[in-house]
Amino acid sequence: MARITMRQALTDALREEMHRDERVFIMGEEVGVWGGTYAVTRGFYDEFGPRRVRDTPISEMVIGGAAVGAAMAGLRPIAEFMTINFAFVAFDAIINHAAKMRYMFGGQMRVPLVLRAPGGGGRQLGATHSHTPDVIFAHFPGLKVVSPSTPYDAKGMLKAAIRTDDPVLFIEHATLYQVRGEVPEGDYVVPIGVSDVKREGTDVTIVAYAQGLQVALAAAEKLAKEGIEAEVVDLRTLRPLDMAPVLKSFQKTFKAVVVEEGHRSYGIGAEIAARIQEEGFDYLDAPIKRVAQEEAPLPYSRELEQSALINVDKVIAAVKEIV
Amino acid sequence: MDKETILDWYRQMVLIRRFEQRCSELYQAGKIGGFLHLYIGQEAVAVGSINAKQENDHVITAYRDHGHALVIGSDTNAVMAEMLGKSTGVSKGKGGSMHLADVERRFWGGHAVVGAHLSLATGIALAEQYQGTDAAVLCYFGDGATNIGYFHESLNLSGVWDLPVLWICENNQYGMGTAVERHTAATNIMQKASGYDIPAAQVDGMDVFAVHEATQKALAAIRNGEGPQFLEIMTYRFEGHSMGDPLRYRTKEEVEKWREDDPIGILERHILAENLASKDELEAIDTAVETHLDEAVNFAESSPLPAPEELFTDIYVEN
Ligand SMILES: Cc1ncc(C[n+]2csc(CCOP(=O)(O)OP(=O)(O)O)c2C)c(N)n1
Ligand SMILES: [Mg+2]
Repeated sequence: MARITMRQALTDALREEMHRDERVFIMGEEVGVWGGTYAVTRGFYDEFGPRRVRDTPISEMVIGGAAVGAAMAGLRPIAEFMTINFAFVAFDAIINHAAKMRYMFGGQMRVPLVLRAPGGGGRQLGATHSHTPDVIFAHFPGLKVVSPSTPYDAKGMLKAAIRTDDPVLFIEHATLYQVRGEVPEGDYVVPIGVSDVKREGTDVTIVAYAQGLQVALAAAEKLAKEGIEAEVVDLRTLRPLDMAPVLKSFQKTFKAVVVEEGHRSYGIGAEIAARIQEEGFDYLDAPIKRVAQEEAPLPYSRELEQSALINVDKVIAAVKEIV
Repeated sequence: MDKETILDWYRQMVLIRRFEQRCSELYQAGKIGGFLHLYIGQEAVAVGSINAKQENDHVITAYRDHGHALVIGSDTNAVMAEMLGKSTGVSKGKGGSMHLADVERRFWGGHAVVGAHLSLATGIALAEQYQGTDAAVLCYFGDGATNIGYFHESLNLSGVWDLPVLWICENNQYGMGTAVERHTAATNIMQKASGYDIPAAQVDGMDVFAVHEATQKALAAIRNGEGPQFLEIMTYRFEGHSMGDPLRYRTKEEVEKWREDDPIGILERHILAENLASKDELEAIDTAVETHLDEAVNFAESSPLPAPEELFTDIYVEN
């Protein structure tokens, strides 16, 4: 198996799906001639032409809304927001339209749409360009929200997202594009809505996803050297949330730490902790810990920004408080 | 225009008017909830324009959508049932007055966020262009909607991509209680289209023939490869913005003056003057419409409410 980057895995998934289904097309700012702001669609404009790789004006509202309309009318659009921060401008199109269309009209419509959006902090881009707002989008029934952490999952889940008949927000953490991992040649699908145990262990359950998953795995390796074996569960999909592997793991370890890059308040950690105490109260041995972004906007200055973000040391410290 | 067609347009306009009068009563009786926006006064717009479309064209509009649904040919029973929130409604009782749709007839709703559906129309038009068909999209919106970003982004993109969409502004002189002169800098709304190099025309919306002719012309231009087109249709809503509107923003005199141009009255006078039908024949049409609506109200009232488990259906295609 080849070790490729997450960027390459995403590119491969898009290219294979474009060849597989004529209804699939890409639209967004700088996706065509430029080759994609993060170079995920490099070469696509020449390969597929302007009909299927469509550069748009800087118009997030209509990028979101037109993608919904095209999906309603039988195409399978992949609309790209240059970053998830600009998807805020299209919040109405995503939440009021993509996610509500089917329900509000009694099942008459389907919206087979993928919204791709790179996101995340840690790149000194300042407060408006560094958000990890995944949980905000995951709040609403009607939308599927996924964010993979490995090249293997990235390729398989992007294919699943393109093939499902429901709208999917596909969040790519920008610092993961360079991460390498083993990816088999050819076609495979990783289903949406299935959490995955990425490392087995017996002493504590670490729940994470996306960039947080990479941090959690690195922390688990260090902890192992000190004799603490962490089990790491990758959520992969935030909605619909698959709690079964989390609860199964917790029934073995009786302790949990949730790692997420977004802010702590009202976050993924809050949700997972609530679900564990509701559905696994008898197994609860210690407070459930949350490792998350500090409650401040992200600053530019490097050290200051890093101090607000999650890291391996913070995860290790949280684990040691309860193990 | 043959006599049968004209009498059928008359019937459609009367159907909208009387349907909404029933709705108004049902609302006051507490049987219709939520917001209810009447189309009374604007009937000639939906009737004139939708009757000019070809079979495979699409229609999409805002929340003031009863007229469009009825002219499209949606089952009156199912439309009325939707008003009452019944499981037999066009949207299974999940949408209500503002969210009527009939996808089989290519009617995509009924949308309640002002301007948002212009972006949906843009996407539907893109789907048709992508597939190489000759279908166009008729997208209706109010004068107030021309101030939101969606309007400008959608017109621009339709121009950049040459999409087969007919933008139809139903200028009824107000967005809720704010008159055109108070809500938009360019009060000659059709001018806004020229900012995106889209050909535009202004039409008398009380004259069903004028609306029909302008729509035909615009659709022909679209199918002739001339890109998106824009119509500003001058009209007036005789009732409030929605039920319970205190109507503090306009005078009784102003409303009375517009009512002299009642689009149904204008058509009726035309029919009589041209000897297309007698007064008795028109009354027979009115009576048939009332009978049809008696049935619809009966059907809606006797239909079951959505089953409790319906709360969780239609959220996703694949669970
Ligand atoms: C984005 C948004 N802002 C505000 C509203 C509340 N609202 C509903 S209808 C309306 C007036 C719209 O006027 P116009 O576009 O002229 O349509 P009309 O009601 O006259 O048919 C407003 C402000 C809304 N539904 N959506
Ligand atoms: Mg208006």
